[in-house]
Amino acid sequence: MTPEQLNQIATEEAAARQSVPQRLLVCMAAGCISSNGEAVKKSLESAVKAAGMNGTCPVTGVGCMGLCSRGPLVSAEPSGILYQDVAPTDAGEIVQSLSGEPVARLQCSRDLPFFKRQVGVVLENSGRINPERLEDYVAAKGYEALVQALTEMSRAEVIEQVSRSGLRGRGGAGYPTGLKWSTVSKAQSTTKYVVCNADEGDPGAFMDRSVLESDPQRVLEGMIIAGYAVGASRGYIYVRAEYPLAITRLNTAIRQAKHHGVLGTQIANTEFDFDIDLRLGAGAFVCGEETALIASIEGGRGTPRPRPPYPAQAGLYGAPTLINNVETFANIPAIIRNGGDWYAAMGTSRSKGTKVFALTGKINCTGLIEVPMGMSLREIIFEVGGGVPEGRKFKAVQTGGPSGGCIPEQFLDMPVDYDSLAQAGSIMGSGGMIVMDDSSCMVDVAKYFMEFCMSESCGKCIPCRAGTAQMYDLLAKISEGRASLNDLAMLEDLCDMVKNTSLCGLGQSAPNPVVSTLRYFRDEYLAHIQEKKCPAGVCAIKQEANA
Amino acid sequence: MPIALGKVSPPSEDKRWKIVGATMRRHGFSRNALIETLHTVQQSFGFLDRPSLEYVAQSLRVPLSKAFGVATFYHYFSLKPPGEHTCVVCLGTACYIKGAPQLLGELEQSLGITPGETTPDGRVSALTARCVGSCSLAPVALFDGEVAARLSAKDMQGRLQKWVSA
Repeated sequence: MTPEQLNQIATEEAAARQSVPQRLLVCMAAGCISSNGEAVKKSLESAVKAAGMNGTCPVTGVGCMGLCSRGPLVSAEPSGILYQDVAPTDAGEIVQSLSGEPVARLQCSRDLPFFKRQVGVVLENSGRINPERLEDYVAAKGYEALVQALTEMSRAEVIEQVSRSGLRGRGGAGYPTGLKWSTVSKAQSTTKYVVCNADEGDPGAFMDRSVLESDPQRVLEGMIIAGYAVGASRGYIYVRAEYPLAITRLNTAIRQAKHHGVLGTQIANTEFDFDIDLRLGAGAFVCGEETALIASIEGGRGTPRPRPPYPAQAGLYGAPTLINNVETFANIPAIIRNGGDWYAAMGTSRSKGTKVFALTGKINCTGLIEVPMGMSLREIIFEVGGGVPEGRKFKAVQTGGPSGGCIPEQFLDMPVDYDSLAQAGSIMGSGGMIVMDDSSCMVDVAKYFMEFCMSESCGKCIPCRAGTAQMYDLLAKISEGRASLNDLAMLEDLCDMVKNTSLCGLGQSAPNPVVSTLRYFRDEYLAHIQEKKCPAGVCAIKQEANA
Repeated sequence: MPIALGKVSPPSEDKRWKIVGATMRRHGFSRNALIETLHTVQQSFGFLDRPSLEYVAQSLRVPLSKAFGVATFYHYFSLKPPGEHTCVVCLGTACYIKGAPQLLGELEQSLGITPGETTPDGRVSALTARCVGSCSLAPVALFDGEVAARLSAKDMQGRLQKWVSA
């Protein structure tokens, strides 16, 4: 696609948009579809037809609008009026209201802090464009960055902008993206690969899923730019098989991108060729680790190997490989379009830009949010998220999945960035935030995550394979009221051993949920051990243990 | 020992093997296509049995042990035929703290089986998932692939009853 063709598509789309006075946007991401969104869309289509507005008010399926707990969501354009909990039977009323007053009983205020406090970079198109049409993406400035990079910038200049942006890996570890790109670009090899890690395995996290379902072209564009910058001509997206809708939309996006010549040979009439293929994961959490992911793309069991060599030197099929997470790639088009400095102006001194979080658990507004780095946990949970429901008391927020920790109330005013979260004993992780109230038992939560790590351990190294099993047994013993203080001491020893001697990130971080709950909620452990009581009333204490 | 490169015949005349063959052809019968091919087999037949693993292993020239290793390593692959219906309880963190253990208890009680098993009459399979990514709607379960949002143990019992008594 040439810059002229790109402009032409954008102009045609704008004209088409102008020719219809109104539009109804229906959220067609997984959350709203599960809340009967497809039926809502169908009845809106029939209602529009019945009102004789066919052709003047198209009904469009769009990506995630964020507030999943109030789905199905419908937005009327251009007024921007948002409707929540829409049932198929509400369709007629909504269509009639287009020429009059909004339907008050269904209206969801756009002035909620949930919307007001957000800043859209990765999610700028989410809920606004049809994820199954490349033209919609182009009309929203899509592929401008790619054409700009290919026709006006050298490879070094692209990497320079990414470095200046201060973007750090959004998969969780926070490695500087510009540095990674620069390492792969300097590696000497005729073959290089770009891999997008979409194996979103953390339980309680769905950021990548939403981005792939809502704006798949954006991820492709980020990958193609990366391919140009590092000198790769082939990319793979490793996506969970558990995300069928994301897979379908990615396949559609790849087909359309090839058709329009932004993927394939001689992209934008330059000498640059790039192709992208999907590889489906098969349900192994460890495959989120980059060397395990490579082993899995190569068709084998997903077991990690020691690093170095890092994938940037020897990765997929032994070639230098750039591996980034979905959200990292999704940031790239905006960074190239607006410049690295623009991005670096957001966030904190060492964590730049915005971050997408999946807000779930005991919180009023569950869904997907994007906020500037450095916003405090209190603002995220009590303002954006609307606080804890049913008048219950906030107890902890879990970040970083099985590799993260539980952060208690005293840290609520801490700014959310890579370094502060690490200091508090957790990690940024990929962006899952699960809020827990006083009905959750921290021993039970630690046991839950240890069970997860135990069954997801690939079995290659002994500290992880055997250590997680032993830690799980000890946690089970504590939760059942059968443990002694010696068991607790042994658990702490094991945490140290597994953390320091495991081969990959899974084992090294598996003790984190235990360590963080022991640090902040030790009294709960002691209550289980000494008083044979579960203060939250979750754990089934075996009565004979009291004897 | 070199393995003959002659054409390996599929385990049966079933037309679905053509789809499997097409996947392997698309990848040039490369060993790297093992997982992709197993996905196609499972999609077409619902599970991976020994004859299908032997066929795939021979066609891609990988040892049968490697094919078995991969098939058993990944949770997504199943070596047993699924029941007529499947119920998957999500055990993601959000679902867990919002009542997934109660759903699991109800599932086990209603069907008399534990996750990974199928009722003796072959009607319903019970499974668990690590996280299906519908965390905003927690707790969820999937009934034949459809997400049921904010599910209660009572709703679950009702839905399972329909399958069992139908």
